[in-house]
Amino acid sequence: MEIPFGQAKEIESQVDAFLDAIVKTALVLKEGVRAYLHARPEDFENRIKAVTYLEHQADDLRRQTKIALYAHSLIPESRGDVLGLLEHMDDIADEAKAILRDIEVQSPEIPADLAELFLEVTDKSVEAVDNVVLAARCYFRDPKKISAYINKVDFFESETDRAGLMLRKKIFRSDIDLARKLHLRYFADLLESLSDIAQNVAERLTIATIKREV
Amino acid sequence: MFFVFLASGLFLGWSLGANDAANVFGTAVGTRMVKFRTAAIACSIFVVLGAVVGGAGTSHTLGKLGAVNALAGSFTVALAAGLTVAWMTRLRLPVSTSQAIVGAIVGWNLFSGSLTDMESLTQILSSWILCPILAGVFAVGLLKLTQLFFRFARFHLFTIDSGTRLGLLVVGAFASYSLGANNIANVMGVFVPSSPLGDLHIMGLFKLSGDQQLFFLGAIAIGVGVFTYSKKVMLTVGNDLFRLSPIAALIVVLAQAIVLFLFSSEQLENLLASNGLPTLPLVPVSSSQAVIGAVVGVGLAKGGRNIKWGVLGRIASGWVSTPLIAGLISFVCLYFVQNVFSQKVHSPIPYEFSHQAAMKLRGLNTYGDELDELIGKRFKSAVEFQDAVGQIVESESLANGVVELSELHPLLVDVEALAPQLDYHWYSKEQVHAVFRLHGRRFDYAWQLADALASISDSWRLKPSTKKNKLYNKGIKAKLQHLNGLFLTNLAPPN
Repeated sequence: MEIPFGQAKEIESQVDAFLDAIVKTALVLKEGVRAYLHARPEDFENRIKAVTYLEHQADDLRRQTKIALYAHSLIPESRGDVLGLLEHMDDIADEAKAILRDIEVQSPEIPADLAELFLEVTDKSVEAVDNVVLAARCYFRDPKKISAYINKVDFFESETDRAGLMLRKKIFRSDIDLARKLHLRYFADLLESLSDIAQNVAERLTIATIKREV
Repeated sequence: MFFVFLASGLFLGWSLGANDAANVFGTAVGTRMVKFRTAAIACSIFVVLGAVVGGAGTSHTLGKLGAVNALAGSFTVALAAGLTVAWMTRLRLPVSTSQAIVGAIVGWNLFSGSLTDMESLTQILSSWILCPILAGVFAVGLLKLTQLFFRFARFHLFTIDSGTRLGLLVVGAFASYSLGANNIANVMGVFVPSSPLGDLHIMGLFKLSGDQQLFFLGAIAIGVGVFTYSKKVMLTVGNDLFRLSPIAALIVVLAQAIVLFLFSSEQLENLLASNGLPTLPLVPVSSSQAVIGAVVGVGLAKGGRNIKWGVLGRIASGWVSTPLIAGLISFVCLYFVQNVFSQKVHSPIPYEFSHQAAMKLRGLNTYGDELDELIGKRFKSAVEFQDAVGQIVESESLANGVVELSELHPLLVDVEALAPQLDYHWYSKEQVHAVFRLHGRRFDYAWQLADALASISDSWRLKPSTKKNKLYNKGIKAKLQHLNGLFLTNLAPPN
C-alpha cells in the first residue's frame, strides 16, 4: 500500500531528531569553545565527545531519511530540495566537530583580551544556526512563518561578520608575532564559517518554500 | 455474429482505456505519487462501475445524434473512431474518443442519407466548449479553497504527502467512475440500437439490462487498455502543458471528475430539474478537454507565465481535426464495408408525407396546403425527402417538422406477444391499460401511437414544456421509444 501514513510519522520523527542533533552540535560547540577559553580541559574533552556523537547521529539520521524517501517514493516533488537541505545542514554538524577537533589538535594560544570577541563570534554564529534550524522546522510544518526566521539568520550572519571583523582587526593590531596572528585568524574564520553555512541553508530554504506553494 | 461485430467497439474501448486513463491517473503516476499497478486496478474497477451503473444518460444523446441501425454500420463507425484514436495517438497528437465517435457517427449519417439531429449536435459541440471552461472554473475555485485551507491548517510535509497520495487515489477512483459513466457511450453507444442482448438476472440478486451488459463488456475492454498500454501515456502526460505540483494535480483530477460527473449524472439532472433549475445536457464530453481546461485554469490562477501556449494551440487544433478525420475515415470505411464486403451498414428509413401527416400539421396550425403535391410519394432517405420539402417550403423549422412527422415507423400493437417484455415497475397501471386498449391496431408513424395513447389516457400526455416538466416529459418519451422498439413491424408497400 502506498499511502504511508505510518512511514510518514516515522520519517517526521527522524527529521525532527536530525534537526535536534544539528542544533545540539552548535550548542555543544559554543560550550566547548567557552570551556577551552576558560581553561576547563575536562569539560572541553567531554564537549568533543558529545559533538562527535551528535555528528554521527546526524549522519545516521540523514542517511536513514534519504533511504526511506527513495524506498517509499515519498515527497517526489520536494525530495531533491529536502535531501539537499539535510545535506547542507549536516555540514553544520561536520563543521562544529571540525572546529572543536582543530582547537584540540592545534591548541591555539588565545590572549585573554581576545577571548571575549572569540566568544561573541561563536555566540552569533550559533544563533544563526539556531534560527536556521527553526526555519527548517517551519519549512516542514508551517512554511508561512519561515521568513521571520530567515530574516534572523541574515541578521545573525551579519552580526557574526561584524564581530569577526572586529576580532581580526584586534588580532592584527596586537603585539603577538605574525604566525600566531595568522593562526588566530584561522580560528576566527572557522567560527564565522558556521554562520555562512547557516545563511546558505537559509537561501535554499527560501527557494524550497516558494516551490512548495500550492 | 453480433460479438464479431462488437470487436471494433472493444478495440475503441481498449484505445479509450489506453488514452483517457492517463487523464485520470497520469499526473499521479507520472509524479510517482501512485504506483501504476494501484492506479490501473482502481481505474479499471471504477470505470466498470461507472459504465454499468451510470452509463445510460449519455448514450441516449449519442443515439439521438444518429441511430446507427445496422450491425455492420455500428462495427464500421466504432472501427473508424478506434482507428482515428489509435492513429493520432501514434502520431503523438492529443485525441478525444468522444470527438472521434461523434465525427464517425456524422460520417455514417452522411453515408446513409440520415439526418444529423442538429439539436443533439449543437448540444454536443457546445459541451465541448463548455466542458474545458467549466473544468477551468472548477479548478480555479478548488485551488483558491486549497490555498485558503493551507493558510490556516498546519500539517507536516510528509503528512501532506501521504494525504495527497490518498486524495489522488480517491479522486482518481471518482474520476474513473465518471469517465466510465460519461464515455462508455462512446464505446458501446452505437451498438445499443442493434444489440440482441436481453435482461440478465444474476442469482436473483440483481438484474443487468441488455445495455448494461454491453456497457460491462466495453468497460472490460477499457480496463484491458488501461493495463496494457496506458502506462507509457501516463508517464508522459501532465507535464507537457504546465508543470503541476502533486496538490495541483489532485485539484486538476477533481475538477475533471466533477465536470465528467455533471455531464453524465441522470440523478443530478433529475434533482436539478425537479427543483426547476437549469440542467446540463447529458453528453459524452472529452476527459482530455476537461483536464486541459483544468490545467490551464490552474496555470492562469498562478499568473499564467508558465503555460506553454504553443502546446495548447497544438492540442486545440487536435480538437478540430479529430472529428473531421474520424468522419472521413468512417465514410470511406462504410463505402468499403458495404461495397467490397457486401455488408448492410444501414437499414434505409423511408419517408412519406401522408394525409395523416398533413392533417397533423394542419392541427398544429403550421401548414397550409403547399405540400399536398408530395402526398403519397415515398422517399428512400431523409436527405432525399428533405431536399424535396426544401424546394417547396422556405421555413426551415416547418421543413424539419415535416421531415420528423413523415418518418415511417410501422407499428403493430401486439400485446399478447409482447406483454412479457413490458416492465410493469416502469409503466403505470393506467399506461398499461391504454396500451392494451390499442391491441391489434397498426400505425405508420411513431407519433400516431403517441397520439393514440394520449387520447386514451392522461398518463400518456406530455405536459407543457417547462423546466419542472422536463423530467416528466423525458420519462414519457423514453417509454414511447421503448414501445416503438417493441411494436416495430414490417413496412406496408407504398400506395
